[in-house]
Amino acid sequence: MSPYDCGLMATPPIDRTAVVDRYFMEHRAKLIDLAAYLDRVERATPRGSASHDFRHDALVQAIAILLDGKPQRARRVLEHFSDPTSEPIAKAPMKGATGAYPGPPKDAAKGGAR
Amino acid sequence: MTYIDPHIHMVSRTTDDYERMRLAGCVAITEPAFWAGYDRSSAQGFYDYFKLLTEFEPRRAAQYGIRHHTWLCINPKEAEDPVFAREVLALIPSFLDRENVLGIGEIGLNKNSRNELTILEEHLQLAATHNLLVLVHTPHLEDKLKGTRLILDAIKNQGSLDPGRVLIDHVEEHTVRHVLDRGYWAGMTLYPDTKCTPQRAADIIEEFHGERLWINSAGDWGHSDPLAVPKCQIELRGRGHTEDLIRKISFDNPVKFLGQSGRFRV
Repeated sequence: MSPYDCGLMATPPIDRTAVVDRYFMEHRAKLIDLAAYLDRVERATPRGSASHDFRHDALVQAIAILLDGKPQRARRVLEHFSDPTSEPIAKAPMKGATGAYPGPPKDAAKGGAR
Repeated sequence: MTYIDPHIHMVSRTTDDYERMRLAGCVAITEPAFWAGYDRSSAQGFYDYFKLLTEFEPRRAAQYGIRHHTWLCINPKEAEDPVFAREVLALIPSFLDRENVLGIGEIGLNKNSRNELTILEEHLQLAATHNLLVLVHTPHLEDKLKGTRLILDAIKNQGSLDPGRVLIDHVEEHTVRHVLDRGYWAGMTLYPDTKCTPQRAADIIEEFHGERLWINSAGDWGHSDPLAVPKCQIELRGRGHTEDLIRKISFDNPVKFLGQSGRFRV
Protein backbone atom coordinates (compact mmCIF):
# COMPACT_ATOMS: atom_id res chain seq x y z
CA MET A 1 0.00 0.00 0.00
CA SER A 2 1.30 3.44 -0.90
CA PRO A 3 2.01 5.81 2.03
CA TYR A 4 -0.79 8.12 0.89
CA ASP A 5 -3.35 5.31 0.81
CA CYS A 6 -4.13 5.45 4.52
CA GLY A 7 -7.21 7.60 3.88
CA LEU A 8 -6.38 10.27 6.45
CA MET A 9 -6.99 13.14 4.04
CA ALA A 10 -9.03 11.44 1.33
CA THR A 11 -11.99 13.60 2.29
CA PRO A 12 -11.89 17.41 2.15
CA PRO A 13 -12.09 19.27 5.47
CA ILE A 14 -15.50 20.70 4.55
CA ASP A 15 -18.63 18.50 4.63
CA ARG A 16 -20.72 17.41 1.66
CA THR A 17 -23.26 20.21 1.97
CA ALA A 18 -20.45 22.75 2.08
CA VAL A 19 -18.92 21.19 -1.04
CA VAL A 20 -22.25 21.53 -2.84
CA ASP A 21 -22.67 25.09 -1.55
CA ARG A 22 -19.24 25.97 -2.86
CA TYR A 23 -19.30 24.29 -6.29
CA PHE A 24 -22.93 23.65 -7.35
CA MET A 25 -23.54 26.85 -9.33
CA GLU A 26 -20.22 26.56 -11.16
CA HIS A 27 -20.93 22.99 -12.24
CA ARG A 28 -24.59 23.65 -12.99
CA ALA A 29 -23.34 26.21 -15.51
CA LYS A 30 -20.79 23.78 -16.95
CA LEU A 31 -23.47 21.10 -17.33
CA ILE A 32 -25.74 23.50 -19.25
CA ASP A 33 -22.73 24.49 -21.39
CA LEU A 34 -22.20 20.81 -22.19
CA ALA A 35 -25.88 20.34 -23.06
CA ALA A 36 -25.78 23.41 -25.31
CA TYR A 37 -22.61 22.11 -26.99
CA LEU A 38 -24.31 18.79 -27.77
CA ASP A 39 -27.30 20.66 -29.23
CA ARG A 40 -24.97 22.91 -31.26
CA VAL A 41 -23.13 19.97 -32.79
CA GLU A 42 -26.42 18.27 -33.64
CA ARG A 43 -27.79 21.41 -35.33
CA ALA A 44 -24.65 21.96 -37.42
CA THR A 45 -24.36 20.67 -40.97
CA PRO A 46 -21.93 17.74 -41.38
CA ARG A 47 -18.79 18.49 -43.36
CA GLY A 48 -18.74 16.44 -46.55
CA SER A 49 -19.51 12.79 -45.94
CA ALA A 50 -18.20 12.81 -42.36
CA SER A 51 -20.99 11.80 -40.02
CA HIS A 52 -18.77 11.34 -36.97
CA ASP A 53 -15.85 13.11 -35.34
CA PHE A 54 -13.67 10.94 -33.09
CA ARG A 55 -13.26 13.78 -30.58
CA HIS A 56 -17.00 14.30 -30.23
CA ASP A 57 -17.67 10.58 -30.13
CA ALA A 58 -15.10 10.18 -27.35
CA LEU A 59 -16.72 12.96 -25.36
CA VAL A 60 -20.20 11.46 -25.65
CA GLN A 61 -18.85 8.05 -24.58
CA ALA A 62 -17.13 9.65 -21.59
CA ILE A 63 -20.46 10.96 -20.30
CA ALA A 64 -21.37 7.39 -19.40
CA ILE A 65 -18.45 7.32 -16.96
CA LEU A 66 -20.01 10.20 -15.04
CA LEU A 67 -23.15 8.18 -14.45
CA ASP A 68 -21.81 4.72 -13.63
CA GLY A 69 -21.76 5.31 -9.90
CA LYS A 70 -18.12 4.30 -9.51
CA PRO A 71 -15.36 6.48 -7.96
CA GLN A 72 -12.29 8.03 -9.60
CA ARG A 73 -14.36 9.54 -12.42
CA ALA A 74 -11.78 12.20 -13.34
CA ARG A 75 -9.01 9.61 -13.66
CA ARG A 76 -11.18 7.28 -15.71
CA VAL A 77 -12.39 10.04 -18.05
CA LEU A 78 -8.76 11.06 -18.67
CA GLU A 79 -7.84 7.43 -19.36
CA HIS A 80 -10.79 7.17 -21.76
CA PHE A 81 -9.37 10.04 -23.86
CA SER A 82 -5.82 8.62 -23.76
CA ASP A 83 -3.76 6.83 -26.39
CA PRO A 84 -3.83 3.19 -25.14
CA THR A 85 -0.75 2.07 -27.09
CA SER A 86 2.67 1.64 -25.51
CA GLU A 87 5.30 1.85 -28.26
CA PRO A 88 6.90 5.11 -29.47
CA ILE A 89 5.60 6.28 -32.85
CA ALA A 90 7.94 6.47 -35.83
CA LYS A 91 7.76 10.23 -36.29
CA ALA A 92 5.84 13.10 -34.72
CA PRO A 93 3.10 14.02 -37.22
CA MET A 94 2.47 17.46 -35.64
CA LYS A 95 3.28 19.36 -32.47
CA GLY A 96 -0.21 19.65 -30.99
CA ALA A 97 -2.73 17.26 -29.48
CA THR A 98 -6.42 16.81 -30.28
CA GLY A 99 -7.73 15.83 -26.87
CA ALA A 100 -8.88 12.32 -27.84
CA TYR A 101 -7.23 9.27 -29.31
CA PRO A 102 -8.16 8.95 -33.01
CA GLY A 103 -7.28 5.26 -33.23
CA PRO A 104 -4.38 3.67 -35.05
CA PRO A 105 -3.33 5.36 -38.29
CA LYS A 106 -3.83 3.59 -41.59
CA ASP A 107 -0.16 2.70 -41.97
CA ALA A 108 -0.21 1.01 -38.54
CA ALA A 109 -3.22 -1.02 -39.61
CA LYS A 110 -1.06 -2.25 -42.46
CA GLY A 111 1.63 -3.29 -40.03
CA GLY A 112 3.72 -0.13 -40.08
CA ALA A 113 4.57 1.97 -37.06
CA ARG A 114 2.61 5.10 -36.30
CA MET B 1 1.10 34.21 1.72
CA THR B 2 4.62 33.84 0.40
CA TYR B 3 4.94 31.40 -2.47
CA ILE B 4 7.28 29.98 -5.12
CA ASP B 5 6.20 29.41 -8.71
CA PRO B 6 8.55 26.58 -9.71
CA HIS B 7 7.57 26.53 -13.40
CA ILE B 8 6.84 29.70 -15.34
CA HIS B 9 8.10 31.01 -18.69
CA MET B 10 8.78 34.65 -17.95
CA VAL B 11 10.35 35.15 -21.39
CA SER B 12 6.74 35.20 -22.59
CA ARG B 13 5.42 37.43 -19.82
CA THR B 14 5.58 41.15 -19.21
CA THR B 15 7.34 43.05 -16.45
CA ASP B 16 3.87 43.93 -15.15
CA ASP B 17 3.40 40.22 -14.45
CA TYR B 18 6.54 40.22 -12.30
CA GLU B 19 5.05 43.11 -10.32
CA ARG B 20 1.68 41.40 -9.89
CA MET B 21 3.35 38.14 -8.86
CA ARG B 22 5.43 39.95 -6.24
CA LEU B 23 2.35 41.73 -4.91
CA ALA B 24 0.66 38.31 -4.61
CA GLY B 25 3.55 36.92 -2.55
CA CYS B 26 5.94 35.38 -5.07
CA VAL B 27 9.54 35.35 -3.85
CA ALA B 28 11.18 32.91 -6.27
CA ILE B 29 10.58 31.24 -9.61
CA THR B 30 12.21 28.67 -11.83
CA GLU B 31 12.01 28.97 -15.60
CA PRO B 32 12.56 25.83 -17.71
CA ALA B 33 13.72 26.16 -21.30
CA PHE B 34 10.78 25.50 -23.60
CA TRP B 35 9.22 25.84 -27.06
CA ALA B 36 8.72 29.50 -27.85
CA GLY B 37 5.75 28.88 -30.15
CA TYR B 38 8.00 28.62 -33.20
CA ASP B 39 10.94 26.44 -34.20
CA ARG B 40 14.32 28.10 -33.93
CA SER B 41 16.23 28.05 -37.19
CA SER B 42 19.65 27.36 -35.70
CA ALA B 43 21.41 26.25 -32.55
CA GLN B 44 22.56 29.86 -32.20
CA GLY B 45 18.95 30.74 -31.45
CA PHE B 46 19.18 28.50 -28.37
CA TYR B 47 22.51 30.05 -27.38
CA ASP B 48 20.79 33.44 -27.31
CA TYR B 49 17.86 31.96 -25.39
CA PHE B 50 20.16 30.40 -22.77
CA LYS B 51 21.88 33.78 -22.33
CA LEU B 52 18.49 35.39 -21.79
CA LEU B 53 17.59 32.76 -19.18
CA THR B 54 20.86 33.15 -17.29
CA GLU B 55 21.51 36.88 -17.63
CA PHE B 56 18.51 39.04 -18.57
CA GLU B 57 15.64 37.33 -16.71
CA PRO B 58 17.44 37.16 -13.33
CA ARG B 59 17.99 40.92 -13.53
CA ARG B 60 14.39 41.64 -14.54
CA ALA B 61 13.03 39.45 -11.73
CA ALA B 62 15.37 40.99 -9.16
CA GLN B 63 13.80 44.41 -9.76
CA TYR B 64 10.72 43.03 -8.01
CA GLY B 65 12.48 41.06 -5.31
CA ILE B 66 11.94 37.73 -7.04
CA ARG B 67 14.80 35.20 -7.29
CA HIS B 68 15.02 33.76 -10.78
CA HIS B 69 16.38 30.26 -11.52
CA THR B 70 16.42 28.27 -14.71
CA TRP B 71 16.72 24.86 -16.36
CA LEU B 72 18.34 24.22 -19.74
CA CYS B 73 17.56 21.82 -22.58
CA ILE B 74 16.12 21.53 -26.04
CA ASN B 75 12.41 20.91 -25.53
CA PRO B 76 10.76 17.82 -27.06
CA LYS B 77 8.76 19.87 -29.59
CA GLU B 78 12.04 20.77 -31.30
CA ALA B 79 13.70 17.39 -30.76
CA GLU B 80 12.32 15.55 -33.79
CA ASP B 81 15.55 16.32 -35.70
CA PRO B 82 18.29 14.55 -33.68
CA VAL B 83 21.16 16.25 -35.53
CA PHE B 84 19.82 19.69 -34.69
CA ALA B 85 18.95 18.64 -31.13
CA ARG B 86 22.51 17.40 -30.54
CA GLU B 87 23.91 20.76 -31.67
CA VAL B 88 21.82 22.38 -28.94
CA LEU B 89 22.73 19.72 -26.37
CA ALA B 90 26.39 20.48 -27.03
CA LEU B 91 25.84 24.10 -25.96
CA ILE B 92 24.44 23.26 -22.54
CA PRO B 93 27.64 22.33 -20.61
CA SER B 94 29.10 25.80 -21.15
CA PHE B 95 26.12 27.28 -19.28
CA LEU B 96 26.05 24.86 -16.36
CA ASP B 97 28.30 26.99 -14.18
CA ARG B 98 25.89 29.95 -14.29
CA GLU B 99 24.69 30.56 -10.75
CA ASN B 100 20.94 30.38 -11.50
CA VAL B 101 21.05 27.09 -13.43
CA LEU B 102 19.39 24.32 -11.37
CA GLY B 103 19.50 21.45 -13.83
CA ILE B 104 18.17 19.98 -17.06
CA GLY B 105 14.60 20.79 -18.11
CA GLU B 106 11.98 20.78 -19.24
CA ILE B 107 12.89 17.66 -21.13
CA GLY B 108 10.46 14.88 -21.93
CA LEU B 109 8.17 13.86 -24.76
CA ASN B 110 5.59 15.64 -26.89
CA LYS B 111 4.14 13.18 -29.43
CA ASN B 112 5.97 10.14 -28.03
CA SER B 113 8.13 9.62 -31.11
CA ARG B 114 11.31 7.59 -31.32
CA ASN B 115 13.48 10.64 -31.99
CA GLU B 116 11.97 12.52 -29.03
CA LEU B 117 12.75 9.49 -26.86
CA THR B 118 16.34 9.31 -28.10
CA ILE B 119 16.96 12.98 -27.29
CA LEU B 120 15.29 12.55 -23.90
CA GLU B 121 17.71 9.71 -23.14
CA GLU B 122 20.66 11.90 -24.11
CA HIS B 123 19.44 14.68 -21.82
CA LEU B 124 19.10 12.19 -18.97
CA GLN B 125 22.66 11.07 -19.54
CA LEU B 126 23.84 14.69 -19.49
CA ALA B 127 22.06 15.22 -16.15
CA ALA B 128 23.57 12.04 -14.73
CA THR B 129 27.06 12.96 -15.90
CA HIS B 130 26.90 16.37 -14.20
CA ASN B 131 24.80 15.21 -11.20
CA LEU B 132 22.00 17.66 -11.99
CA LEU B 133 18.37 17.87 -11.00
CA VAL B 134 15.89 17.02 -13.75
CA LEU B 135 12.56 18.68 -14.60
CA VAL B 136 10.40 16.62 -16.96
CA HIS B 137 7.57 17.78 -19.23
CA THR B 138 4.86 15.19 -19.86
CA PRO B 139 2.86 15.32 -23.10
CA HIS B 140 -0.47 16.98 -23.66
CA LEU B 141 -3.96 15.54 -23.54
CA GLU B 142 -4.34 12.12 -25.21
CA ASP B 143 -0.57 11.65 -25.33
CA LYS B 144 0.08 12.21 -21.61
CA LEU B 145 -0.56 8.76 -20.12
CA LYS B 146 1.48 6.88 -22.70
CA GLY B 147 4.22 9.52 -22.63
CA THR B 148 4.45 9.44 -18.86
CA ARG B 149 4.95 5.68 -18.91
CA LEU B 150 7.64 5.95 -21.61
CA ILE B 151 9.42 8.71 -19.67
CA LEU B 152 9.38 6.78 -16.38
CA ASP B 153 10.82 3.74 -18.16
CA ALA B 154 13.53 5.86 -19.82
CA ILE B 155 14.62 7.30 -16.47
CA LYS B 156 14.66 3.86 -14.89
CA ASN B 157 16.67 2.49 -17.80
CA GLN B 158 19.20 5.31 -17.46
CA GLY B 159 20.07 3.64 -14.22
CA SER B 160 21.92 6.25 -12.18
CA LEU B 161 19.38 9.04 -11.62
CA ASP B 162 17.92 9.23 -8.12
CA PRO B 163 14.09 9.46 -8.41
CA GLY B 164 14.16 11.94 -5.52
CA ARG B 165 16.08 14.35 -7.76
CA VAL B 166 13.63 14.15 -10.69
CA LEU B 167 10.33 16.02 -10.92
CA ILE B 168 7.70 14.84 -13.40
CA ASP B 169 5.55 17.83 -14.29
CA HIS B 170 2.01 18.39 -15.57
CA VAL B 171 0.59 15.34 -13.77
CA GLU B 172 -3.16 14.86 -13.67
CA GLU B 173 -5.47 12.34 -12.02
CA HIS B 174 -4.48 9.54 -14.42
CA THR B 175 -0.70 9.97 -14.10
CA VAL B 176 0.02 11.23 -10.60
CA ARG B 177 0.02 7.80 -8.98
CA HIS B 178 2.37 6.34 -11.60
CA VAL B 179 4.87 9.10 -10.75
CA LEU B 180 4.61 9.07 -6.96
CA ASP B 181 4.59 5.28 -6.67
CA ARG B 182 8.01 5.19 -8.35
CA GLY B 183 9.48 7.69 -5.90
CA TYR B 184 9.59 10.77 -8.16
CA TRP B 185 8.34 14.25 -7.36
CA ALA B 186 5.22 15.40 -9.19
CA GLY B 187 4.20 18.85 -10.38
CA MET B 188 0.66 19.98 -11.07
CA THR B 189 0.24 22.73 -13.64
CA LEU B 190 -2.71 25.04 -13.09
CA TYR B 191 -4.20 25.94 -16.47
CA PRO B 192 -7.63 27.35 -17.26
CA ASP B 193 -8.57 24.62 -19.77
CA THR B 194 -6.00 21.86 -20.00
CA LYS B 195 -3.96 20.16 -17.27
CA CYS B 196 -5.27 20.90 -13.72
CA THR B 197 -7.58 23.61 -12.48
CA PRO B 198 -6.87 24.86 -8.94
CA GLN B 199 -9.92 22.86 -7.80
CA ARG B 200 -8.66 19.59 -9.29
CA ALA B 201 -5.18 20.21 -7.95
CA ALA B 202 -6.72 20.62 -4.49
CA ASP B 203 -8.52 17.28 -4.96
CA ILE B 204 -5.21 15.57 -5.82
CA ILE B 205 -3.49 17.18 -2.83
CA GLU B 206 -6.25 15.78 -0.59
CA GLU B 207 -5.89 12.32 -2.07
CA PHE B 208 -2.10 12.17 -1.97
CA HIS B 209 -1.45 14.18 1.20
CA GLY B 210 0.71 16.73 -0.60
CA GLU B 211 3.78 14.52 -0.34
CA ARG B 212 6.37 15.14 -3.12
CA LEU B 213 3.85 17.43 -4.85
CA TRP B 214 4.05 21.04 -5.96
CA ILE B 215 1.89 23.41 -7.96
CA ASN B 216 2.93 25.79 -10.72
CA SER B 217 1.38 28.14 -13.26
CA ALA B 218 3.56 27.20 -16.25
CA GLY B 219 2.56 30.68 -17.42
CA ASP B 220 3.68 31.21 -21.01
CA TRP B 221 2.52 32.76 -24.29
CA GLY B 222 -0.68 30.66 -24.38
CA HIS B 223 -3.87 30.65 -22.30
CA SER B 224 -2.34 30.60 -18.80
CA ASP B 225 -2.37 32.53 -15.55
CA PRO B 226 0.80 33.76 -13.81
CA LEU B 227 -1.22 34.11 -10.58
CA ALA B 228 -2.48 30.53 -10.63
CA VAL B 229 -0.42 29.46 -7.59
CA PRO B 230 -1.91 32.05 -5.20
CA LYS B 231 -5.35 31.24 -6.61
CA CYS B 232 -4.81 27.59 -5.65
CA GLN B 233 -3.73 28.75 -2.19
CA ILE B 234 -7.09 30.54 -1.95
CA GLU B 235 -8.89 27.38 -3.14
CA LEU B 236 -7.22 25.27 -0.44
CA ARG B 237 -7.93 27.87 2.23
CA GLY B 238 -11.58 28.04 1.15
CA ARG B 239 -11.91 24.31 1.73
CA GLY B 240 -10.62 24.69 5.25
CA HIS B 241 -7.10 23.33 4.79
CA THR B 242 -4.45 24.42 7.25
CA GLU B 243 -1.91 27.13 6.57
CA ASP B 244 0.76 24.47 7.15
CA LEU B 245 -0.53 22.37 4.24
CA ILE B 246 -0.86 25.41 1.97
CA ARG B 247 2.68 26.48 2.79
CA LYS B 248 3.95 22.94 2.26
CA ILE B 249 2.53 22.74 -1.27
CA SER B 250 3.42 26.23 -2.42
CA PHE B 251 6.68 26.91 -0.60
CA ASP B 252 8.23 24.16 1.54
CA ASN B 253 8.04 21.38 -1.07
CA PRO B 254 9.66 23.48 -3.83
CA VAL B 255 12.40 24.53 -1.38
CA LYS B 256 12.98 20.88 -0.43
CA PHE B 257 13.26 19.63 -4.00
CA LEU B 258 15.07 22.58 -5.56
CA GLY B 259 17.39 22.93 -2.57
CA GLN B 260 19.06 19.72 -3.64
CA SER B 261 20.70 21.70 -6.45
CA GLY B 262 22.77 23.70 -3.97
CA ARG B 263 21.91 26.82 -5.99
CA PHE B 264 18.31 27.54 -5.16
CA ARG B 265 17.90 30.75 -3.16
CA VAL B 266 14.81 32.39 -1.70
